[in-house]
Amino acid sequence: MSTTTATAHLIDSTSAPRAADAFVERPARHGASVTGAALAYAGRTLRQFVRTPQLLVVNSAISIMFLLIFRYVFGGAIGTGPVAYADFLIPGLAAAGAFFSGTGAAVGVASDVESGTFDRLRSLPIHRGAVLLGRSLADTALGAWSLFVTVVVGLLVGFRFHGSLTDAVVAAALCVVFAAAFTWPFIWMGLIAGNEQAANGMGFMAFPLVFVSSLYVPVESMPGWLQTFAEHQPVTVMVNAVRAYAIGDDAAGAVLAHSAGWYALRALLWSVVIGAVFAPLAVRRFARS
Amino acid sequence: MYEQQGSRHRPPAIAARGLVTTFGRGARQIRALDGLDLEAPAGQVTAVLGPNGAGKTTFVRAVATLQLPDAGTLRVGDIDALAEPHRVRRAIGLAGQFAAVDDALTGRENLVLVARMFGHDRRGAARAADAVLDQLGLAGDGRRLVRGYSGGMRRRLDLGSSLVGAPQLLLLDEPTTGLDPRSRIELWATIRDLVAGGTDLLLTTQYLEEADQLADHVVIIDHGRVIATGSPGELKGRAGRDRVEVRVRVAADLGAATDVLARFSGGEAPQVDAPNRKVTVAVDHGTDRLSDAIRELAQRGVPIDDVGLRRPTLDEVFLALTGRSADDADPSDDAVAA
Repeated sequence: MSTTTATAHLIDSTSAPRAADAFVERPARHGASVTGAALAYAGRTLRQFVRTPQLLVVNSAISIMFLLIFRYVFGGAIGTGPVAYADFLIPGLAAAGAFFSGTGAAVGVASDVESGTFDRLRSLPIHRGAVLLGRSLADTALGAWSLFVTVVVGLLVGFRFHGSLTDAVVAAALCVVFAAAFTWPFIWMGLIAGNEQAANGMGFMAFPLVFVSSLYVPVESMPGWLQTFAEHQPVTVMVNAVRAYAIGDDAAGAVLAHSAGWYALRALLWSVVIGAVFAPLAVRRFARS
Repeated sequence: MYEQQGSRHRPPAIAARGLVTTFGRGARQIRALDGLDLEAPAGQVTAVLGPNGAGKTTFVRAVATLQLPDAGTLRVGDIDALAEPHRVRRAIGLAGQFAAVDDALTGRENLVLVARMFGHDRRGAARAADAVLDQLGLAGDGRRLVRGYSGGMRRRLDLGSSLVGAPQLLLLDEPTTGLDPRSRIELWATIRDLVAGGTDLLLTTQYLEEADQLADHVVIIDHGRVIATGSPGELKGRAGRDRVEVRVRVAADLGAATDVLARFSGGEAPQVDAPNRKVTVAVDHGTDRLSDAIRELAQRGVPIDDVGLRRPTLDEVFLALTGRSADDADPSDDAVAA
């Protein structure tokens, strides 16, 4: 009992007038809720994006560069049957957009580690997962922006969506879900790297996953041993899901083994698995003391 | 000291017993805290003084619940900090060694962010932020991006971030390291205002002068252990005496100056540095003796080029306490403690 009252004294310090009371009103006793803290941190991260135009520009420039190179340089040599290469490529880039913005996310996280921002946040009365949730929300929003840029540039270079409006909405939603799932491994990388250069390097190490997939080329063109991996890894499943919606039922049969729903279900499962593995890893790393 | 009003019934702001924190494994293991016993009385400013790698930052991180010690007990007020870190986080404000403020945000937005984390609603957070900006003399710059702030302003804003939660205990890790002298003095004034109302403050520093300026209670640590505690005056006393130093204009006056200074030393002979026309003597109550010396030299008509009072530095305190210079601290510790 006596402990309780003494503690109340320490925290509220109502018994003696203090300078602190004079200029700042007492905050709520328990700190922000998980949602409140996550949104506050997401808001600050989005502000960072908006006020650091270099970041957004470089980010978009890299994905546009890849888009244009494959559309106009390699695309002609890649056989995609009855499907135009632009129609093959753009849905893939939209689905795997997280890999192009992910390095930036890892670097952003590492910079918060380096600057002491995370130390300050860890000293505050908030749930330690809330900060990373906020980071993930902000990076997902950035992913949605990249998706928009990819689709617009895609339309300019000949991409056409062949499915229904519902298909388009579902496809876009899937892309955002994939982006959200992939924020977690990149956040985790940023925490592990601990400094911006290392985070940058680690981010790029994720790129083979993008290339050894059905994103740029049909996996059938790869050697057998690689094909097995490429066919089953999550990026391929996600790319195929979005691609199936985008190229429409008629053409899909020519380049894809299964229906849009078949891929979408598995892609969502992959998203859950990726989030379920990397979010706890990241939170544990963040809270580690 | 414990008899000060208001502190009589309060437990120490911080009480650490036998804290051990290690980094690394095996032969390369470093004990950043090696059985640290430290008490910061409530209602006072405690300075933890020590060279780089002494364990200052590690200790602050333990109190701020950022690093769980390997052994020992740690209480913050009445809270068992190791068992209930979440309760400690409601009572503290931390400003780390590097100003952890966001460049892409305005000063005000930085403070609002922290206030929101403390559970303020939008309006409450804005009010808290504005109050702190006023308090720190940053009101005019609150709506500018931190990118354009000077080093001193960034530090002040960082200090502000640790204040928006109206903490009971403020933890400042080397608050003025890297600041120019003017910014340092300004920040000292700000810190003094803050604690005038009774916020408990623990700060770490490498500068004896800073501890002297701000702290009631000084704890000197080295290699993760406390090697001395006391008031700044007591510790300086243990390090040796103040020295009055006089440079005469003409070498012929050296003898007269030596005679004058010898009277203040209480028996110890002044040191004469003839090529530089300098005489130095150890004294007690240095400020008084300095003015005495100036007066007497003037009376005797001895023209002087320069006169000064040298107080013992941390280095000298260190030398006196450990028999080695503060600069000799194992540099390999730095990376870990930083």
